[in-house]
Amino acid sequence: MTYATWEIWALIAGMAVGTFLIRFSFLGLIGGRELPPWVQRHLRYTPVAVLPALVAPLVAWPEATGGQPDLARILAALVTAASGYITRSLLAAIACGLGTLYFALYLLG
Amino acid sequence: MNFTTPLAAFLSGMRSSAPFLIVVVPFGFLFGVIATEAGLGIREIMGFTVLVIAGAAQITAVQMMQDNAPALIVLASALAVNLRMAMYSASLVPYLGAAPMWQRMAMAYLMFDQNYALSMVKFEECPDIPLSQRVAYYMGAVSLVAPCWITFTYLGAVVGGQIPPEIALDFAVPITFIAVVAPALRTLPHVVAAFVASVLGLVLAGLPYNTGMLVAAAVALVCAAELERRLTAGKTRRAVG
Repeated sequence: MTYATWEIWALIAGMAVGTFLIRFSFLGLIGGRELPPWVQRHLRYTPVAVLPALVAPLVAWPEATGGQPDLARILAALVTAASGYITRSLLAAIACGLGTLYFALYLLG
Repeated sequence: MNFTTPLAAFLSGMRSSAPFLIVVVPFGFLFGVIATEAGLGIREIMGFTVLVIAGAAQITAVQMMQDNAPALIVLASALAVNLRMAMYSASLVPYLGAAPMWQRMAMAYLMFDQNYALSMVKFEECPDIPLSQRVAYYMGAVSLVAPCWITFTYLGAVVGGQIPPEIALDFAVPITFIAVVAPALRTLPHVVAAFVASVLGLVLAGLPYNTGMLVAAAVALVCAAELERRLTAGKTRRAVG
């Protein structure tokens, strides 16, 4: 790494301010004003839209296998989704998912 | 289930968030280790972890710094990783927007995927929780995550060491994120949102600066909202007719 100390601190400051402004943005500026129903209807689906979009490539092309699809990881993801959907429990889904992952990694090497 | 007091809401958020520590603890540690290996000093590492306090963006930045990428490119890439949080921020407005300014600033600073997702699921399930208890739940759900992130970054930087590959740490994030989304798939539009987002997330994965993920999520929530509108319009028509 060849950055000057001031450069590193400028980067930290830039990331800190930028990240805060992204997080604060709508919550800070709109505040308590009522949003139109059609906007609220869209926002309701944010978590179930963002997290799967984020996760799908990590499942299909894991960094740990050099981007090669890995049966153990795909199985673990499917079991996590199915058990979470059925049990409606975060903890049960994580337990089933991790259990499947380690069992499949052990079996498949 | 509704809470009786803000304290009960805080403790419930805290309890719900505990399973996420299996991700936050090792990744905090990992950040401390790779940041040290990249050549950052302890003050800079703690500056990152306390001031930026955003795991994925911090790891992205340090990996790029190790390759000596220009500082502005590092900054842009790291902020692109965090851009999803603008969507989080918007979607929290109907539930938390009426909170006092200082509370909104604190909640913005402490916005993690984990407490955000837990809170949204909770608020949707129980729309009658009063504002003070919503804020308390949100803060409770980050009350373990944030201190653990900071503490384990420090330990990773000071103690160092390796995380054995058998743990398959890379997959802790996907599993916990799937585990928080799956129970939240309560209606057909929710399922459609998750499905469209996953498919488009794969199709658009090659786009630069994380834009694929953002586009995939945006299209998915438009699809879900449109489906919801049609379903409720159909129901109203039937009720009237």
